[in-house]
Amino acid sequence: MAAEGKAIDALSQFELVPFMGALGESVRFSQSNAHMLLAFGLITALMMWGTAKRAIVPGRLQALAESGYEFVHGIVTGQVGDQGKKYFPFVFSIFMFVLFGNMIGLLPYAFTFTSHIAVTFALAALVFVVVTVVALAIHGTHFFSYFFPEGAPKALAPLIIPIEIISYLSRPISLSVRLFANMVAGHVMLKVFATFVVMIGSAAGVLGLIGAVLPMAMNVALVGFEILVAFLQAYVFAILTSIYLHDAVHLH
Amino acid sequence: MKKTIRIATLLSLATLPAMAQVASEHPGATSSAGMPQLDFGNPWTIAQVVWMLIIFGGLYYVMARYALPQVESVLEARRARIEGDLESAQAAKQRADAAMADHQAATAKARAEAQAAVGAATQKAQAEAAQRAEALNARLAAQIEAAETQIASARDNAMGALRQVATDTADALVTRLIGRSDSAAVAAAVEHELAARGRA
Repeated sequence: MAAEGKAIDALSQFELVPFMGALGESVRFSQSNAHMLLAFGLITALMMWGTAKRAIVPGRLQALAESGYEFVHGIVTGQVGDQGKKYFPFVFSIFMFVLFGNMIGLLPYAFTFTSHIAVTFALAALVFVVVTVVALAIHGTHFFSYFFPEGAPKALAPLIIPIEIISYLSRPISLSVRLFANMVAGHVMLKVFATFVVMIGSAAGVLGLIGAVLPMAMNVALVGFEILVAFLQAYVFAILTSIYLHDAVHLH
Repeated sequence: MKKTIRIATLLSLATLPAMAQVASEHPGATSSAGMPQLDFGNPWTIAQVVWMLIIFGGLYYVMARYALPQVESVLEARRARIEGDLESAQAAKQRADAAMADHQAATAKARAEAQAAVGAATQKAQAEAAQRAEALNARLAAQIEAAETQIASARDNAMGALRQVATDTADALVTRLIGRSDSAAVAAAVEHELAARGRA
């Protein structure tokens, strides 16, 4: 599937390959999983090592760890309220995992595991299951009143209930497709413009070299934009998880 | 929720031997045309998710059990430290305010005392001065009176002597002129003359 001739091959970057040859092959551990492990290691290092000194006046790393903590803590308590503290570690793990997945993916030669719908859907499904379990644990069967808003005319029940159920079930789909599509689109664009740089640059001599500057500049701007998207999508994932948790705890 | 993740982890670990078997049957990642992400027939896609659940479970465990409590305790320690510092600062300020009030009261008291002392001293000094002046006046008056008496007596003496001298002189003159003496008449004349001149 490597780029042959003039074809633009923007999709082979998403292929899964075994990590560390035969070892990865034997347990089906792909380079995507290796990047997940790297994200795990980096997050743990940031949070544990960053605050290990327990300084009253934080250094850079500690300030980063603390602001990450307080950022997500603010999202959770802001959406769910004080009862949300129980779910804070979950939302924090989701946010950091997605954020580091997006950010690591922007490094050259790195793989973006959040560009796989299977991964984002699994995360979204995890959120869905957790939210539903929380709602059932708190409200029991009363939870099902969520699908029929109080005060709505009874006659509309056949219409409202299916709509509410569908919108509830479509949450993991929209949550996962949003992240997946954003990451794929960004990386495809980066790859396409990078291919333009090589194609134009090698095509027409000096003129080509001058012409290649344009897609190059475009790529530079795109990388900056992708950093924004990487953060924004992690934020969206975390805040939507918090909103769903709010619904689960408070039922509207 | 932790339990859920633990169960998921166990389940995924249980699938490992099966995954290894599949891997040996289809070595290497296969890929068809189109997006590799949508190739759900590829066992690597599913294996990726299983591994992800394991890794995410580990991440959740480490965050919930170690990392986040540590960060929280750091933040809590800082909050406690700041609150303690603020409280001690407030206490210090209260102490300073009390000291300042004490100082002001003491100053006011000292000033009042000083003013009272100054007033008393002034009054005493004035009384003493008045007394002294009175005594002096009395002494001076007595002295003046004595002097005046002395002067009056001296003048009386002098006036008495003057009459005697005048009478004697007049008598002597009369005797020389007329050859006889009429002391009584002379004395009367001198008396009359002195009375006329206001020297009697």
